[in-house]
Order: sequence, then structure tokens, then C-alpha cells
Amino acid sequence: MKPSEDDTPVADDSDSGPSVDAFVPARESDSDADADAVSSSESDDATTPVRSDGGTVDRDSPFETTASVAETRNDRIDRFLEEYIRTPWSILRSDWRALASFAIIGIYLIIATVGVYLVEPTHPGQGAQLVGAFETWDHPLGTTTTGRDVLSMTVHSTPSILIMMASGAVFTVVVGTFFGIVAGYKGGMVDTVLSSITDIFINIPGLPLVIVLATLLEAWITNPVTLGVLLAVAAWAGLARAIRSQVLTLRNESFVEAARAMDMPTRWILLKEILPHLMPYIVVNMANAARRIIFAAVALYFLGVLPFSDANWGVMLDNAYNSGALYRTDALHWLLVPMIAISGIAMGLILLAQSLDQVFNPRIRARHQEIGDDDELEPDSENDTKDMMNV
Amino acid sequence: MNWKIRRLGQGLFTIWAVITLAFVLTRMMPGNPVDAFVAQIGPELDNPQEAYELAEIYMNINPEDPMHIAYMDYMVAMLQGDMGYSMSQNDTVAAIMADAIPWTLFVMSWAIFIGFVVGISLGALMAYWEGTKFDVALTSYATIITSIPFYVLALLLLITFAYRLNWFPTAGRRPTGVEAGFNLPFILGIIHHATLPVFSMFVASGAASLTMRGNSVRVLGEDYLRVARLRGLPDRTIAVRYVARNAILPMYTGLMIAIGTMFGGAIVLEEIFAYRGMGYYMIQAVRARDYPLMMGAFTVITIAVVIALLIADLTYGKIDPRAGGEDREAF
Repeated sequence: MKPSEDDTPVADDSDSGPSVDAFVPARESDSDADADAVSSSESDDATTPVRSDGGTVDRDSPFETTASVAETRNDRIDRFLEEYIRTPWSILRSDWRALASFAIIGIYLIIATVGVYLVEPTHPGQGAQLVGAFETWDHPLGTTTTGRDVLSMTVHSTPSILIMMASGAVFTVVVGTFFGIVAGYKGGMVDTVLSSITDIFINIPGLPLVIVLATLLEAWITNPVTLGVLLAVAAWAGLARAIRSQVLTLRNESFVEAARAMDMPTRWILLKEILPHLMPYIVVNMANAARRIIFAAVALYFLGVLPFSDANWGVMLDNAYNSGALYRTDALHWLLVPMIAISGIAMGLILLAQSLDQVFNPRIRARHQEIGDDDELEPDSENDTKDMMNV
Repeated sequence: MNWKIRRLGQGLFTIWAVITLAFVLTRMMPGNPVDAFVAQIGPELDNPQEAYELAEIYMNINPEDPMHIAYMDYMVAMLQGDMGYSMSQNDTVAAIMADAIPWTLFVMSWAIFIGFVVGISLGALMAYWEGTKFDVALTSYATIITSIPFYVLALLLLITFAYRLNWFPTAGRRPTGVEAGFNLPFILGIIHHATLPVFSMFVASGAASLTMRGNSVRVLGEDYLRVARLRGLPDRTIAVRYVARNAILPMYTGLMIAIGTMFGGAIVLEEIFAYRGMGYYMIQAVRARDYPLMMGAFTVITIAVVIALLIADLTYGKIDPRAGGEDREAF
């Protein structure tokens, strides 16, 4: 029920004679089924000011209409949980790819946090030279030509690789989303400038650019975080262009136009109206960006371009390669272990991206949603997420 | 027409931006290569002043000049195709690049071509037999292969087919002991050397078939396919003519991305197979801190990518009339 109905009424009632309002059907009586609404509207008619278009000013303004039931804090929390935790979880639980990806990424996280304490760091001469894999319990994955333990090297390079991956993926997504959303929404000059920057970065081949920057910025790239950001320099532009084209389809949607008509600040429109619609696309891209960052990082370590202080999958690959692991059968394990480590986490990220795709697919979502009522399921929008993913 | 001119201008702008970036990086970076070069070579010379002249010969940048004059000289030299003199290879950068470019283009264009032809055909077939063992097997293969970096694949191929089985050469780009020229043994030798690099790039591009599969599955729901089936057309005709043709369009965007990453990937690949292309020289330059060659290779690779993307973009408008410029209201 509208607050105005209860507030404006009977107090200043007088006989001001029939006004134009008398001929205009009162709107509340259409919308409200309440018995008292009809009676109170009769008394209102006489007093409320009349607008030139025949409407009344403060009664039926759509901007003052409020829900009949106030949404409590608990409701909001509940809705949030339903939207972001319970529904995704219920979808993920029934999808083997999600479970597999959680298991794989979980294992890597455990290795990066707990594993580094369980496995002692290795040093040259710790064991015999080039012990094969699975030969002794002292060195389960064998040793290198200098007698360093391969398992320990693999485990101890996990944390820095994961940090690099995370920072690179976050940087890619944040910058790519910013450029894409602002350019797509603002249009005009802003779009021209931002799109030109994006296009330049798309046209510059990524790996060569990163190699040049890594060589020249050698002194500045000292930790995994800055390294991840450097690797992301080549990756954000593609995402920005994809997001821009998504925003172009969104910017003329009615809810965005409504927000614009209400004179909402641009920042608010971008963050609250447009960004949520792009979230599926962004999250899936984040997983893919992380995979590309790892591939690029290992490639650069393998090429010997990046400065390195300690062991690392790429460095291991490089060392093994230079020690002739390609043609020496006894050194093959040294080459294979980092390869498997890289491919394993990439596999986890691919499966994660695929299962997240499932989470955001409205058709599957609807099946798992508990409180959502039928109005929310627009049949037309069923394929939207899928279309976006396959672009 | 207007759009094409704008796209062309954009390409030129990118090339200008990259050359400028190369200048800025070599000139303004902390511990910049030009000053480092002068500091390193100056004391060894009888007349330390000559170091500046040498810097100008090697890098087209004279540190004594004010920035804007140095920039103008650098740009003019670049436009004339003078990319400086390599410190490690003892030749002009332009000559080294001119020798390397055809080889990289040869390997990369074959990798892209084969990758897309096979990816598109397989994707169409997978979608047509959706849910069969063939589809499941190939889908899982493509998923696994995308989680293996192409250089890991290249190393594994090198170990298996070159070192263990001795089917292919382990390094190099041309046969030794064969007279260079347009004769059969030489051409076969070149193909022999290029097989493994091309093959590892092609195997790694399994993602193309997955995208194609996704597009095709969507096309498969269309009515005209039912009509085609009712007409009794053979499966293969439907899969290739009807499904592939309509699903290929979105792949074109993927092709553009592939061009960009392929040239980047060429660096790693050429290093692994010791294939003397642009990427190989770039890594050699990085190792030797040979900045003129490094920047030259970077610039050349970028120009190659820009031209390739420009061609792809301009032909895209021919294939898909919907592509092109649009005028929108600015908020």
C-alpha cells in the first residue's frame, strides 16, 4: 500500500467543488484491491493539486511506489546466498567437471600452502645424480644432474606460480573490463580513444611485447605479482574488445535507459546495471586468463628471458632442456615432471571455466533455483549466456 | 569504403605506435641500452667521443642529440628500412630480418592453414555426430590438448619423432649438403624440416575444432538442415556444405586471434627447433643483449601481425556484410 494514501487524507477535507480529478478515474482503485482504498481516494480527489496533463502529482508517481512488504536485511542476505552460493553450489555438485576442477585446483592450493612445509627445500648434491623417478623413497620423482630433488623443486615453485597466475588474471580482468565497459557505454570520443588503445594492444603480438618489456624492465620484475601484471599486459586487450561488444548490446536495453533517464551517475549505471550482466562472461574469462598467464610465464622462463632466483617449473624445463633431457633417457623425468605440473593446473582451469559456464547458464540455473518464481524465467533469455560464451 | 580507409589508418597508427614504443623503451628505460652501450664501449676506444657515433650506427640513436631530434632521426631511419646494426650477428638488422622473414611466414602460414582446415572439418563432423563415441573421443582429446602448452607438445614431439625414431631432423630449417634453389631434394628437405614445427602448432590448435563444434551444434537446430536431410543428401555433404559454411563465420574472429598468437608462439617454437626465423633471432638478441636486433625483430613481427590482421579484417567485410562501422550516440 502506498504511504501517500494514509498520509494525505481526511484532515484538510473541504468543499472545493468538483475538480478535473473528478472526471479522471483514480488510479489506486485500479491497482489496489483493498476496500478502504476506494473510500479514501474519494476524499483525496478534492484536495490534491492538479497537473496540467490531468494527472495528480504525488500520488501515482512511479518513483514513489514502494513494495508492500519491506525487504529486511535478512531477506537481502538470503537472496544473496541463494544467488551466489546455494544455486551455484547445487549446480556444481551435480557436475563432474566442477568436482574434478575443484579437486585439481584444491590439490595445487594444498601443495602451495601445506606442501611447502612438508617437503624440505632441496639443494645441490642432496642426492645422487640423475636418480630416476620412482626408484627410491628418498627422491620419489628423481633428482637432477646436480642431485637436487625434483619433487621438492616442483612443490616449492607452486606458490609463486599460483600468485603470479592470480595477479595476472585479476589484472587482465580488471583492466579489460574497465576499458570494455567504459568504451562500449560512453561511445563518442571516449570510445574512440579507449578503443584505439585497445586495438593497438590487440595488434601488437603479445609474447614478443612481453619479452621486450621483460628484458628492459629486468630490474623491476622482482616478485611474482609484478611478473603476473607484466604478463597480463599482452592479455587484457582481447577481453576488453569482447566486453565492449557485449556492452554495445546492453547499452540500449530498457533498464539502462531507465537508469539514464533517472539521471543516475554514469559510474552507478556501469557498476550496478551493466557489470552484473557481464559477470558470467568475466568470471569464465578469468579462468582462461589464468591459464594463458601460466603458459606465457613458463614459456618465458623456458626461453631464459625472465630473471629467476629459485626453482620454478619453467626454470626446471629450461635446465632439463639444456642438460640434454631431450636425448638422454635418464634425464627424461626431469623434463616430464614440470610438464605434467603445468598441464595439470591448466586442465583444472579449463574444467573450472567449463563448469562455471554451466553455473551461469540460465536454463540450468532455473532448475536448481528454489525460490525463484516463474516470472524470472524469460524463455527468450535462455540462450543468452551460452551465446556469450561461444563468441 | 570510408571504413576501409579508417582501418588502414588504424594499422599505420599501430605501426607508428610500436616504432615509437621501441624508441621510448630503448631510450628512456632505467639503465637504458643506449647509455649502457656508450658506457661500455666508450672507455675501450681511443677517442671516447666515437662511442656516440657508434651508438648512432648500431641503434640509430645518438644520445648526444636532444630527444626530439633523436626521435626524428630514428623514425626517418626506420621508414627507410634501416633498423640499425646487430651487435651479435655482425650484419645489418634489415639483412638478418630479410633472410628470416620468409621462413617464419612459411611455417606459420602452413600451421594456421592446416590448423583451421582440420579444425573446421573435425568440428563440423563432431557436431553432426553429436553424442557418438567419435564426438566424445574428439571432444575429450581437444580439451586435454588445450591444457597442454604447445611448447610442451613440441618438446614431446621432438623427443619422440626426432631423437628416438629419427624420422625428422632435430634442428635447422634447410637440408645440408643440398644445393639451394628450386630443385626437388631441396624443397623436400625444407618440408622435412618444417614438418615438426607445423605439426606441433597444428595439434595444439585443437581449440578451433571445439569452437567449430559449438557453432555447428547451434546451426544443426535450423530447419533447412531437416529439409536437406529429407532431400536425401549424403551426410558428408550436409556436414561440410550446410553446417560448416554457416558455422565458419564466427571462426573468422578466432582466426585473427590465432594470427596474433601464432607469431608470438613462433618465438618459442623456433627456439625449440632451432629454426632460424624472426623469433629465433629475437631470442638470440635477448640472450646477447643485442638491442638493435631485438627491437628490429619486435618491430618486424608486429608489422607482420598488423598486416595479417588488416588483410583478415578487410576480407571479413566481404564475407559478412554486417561487419563494418556503426554510428552511435555518445552518452
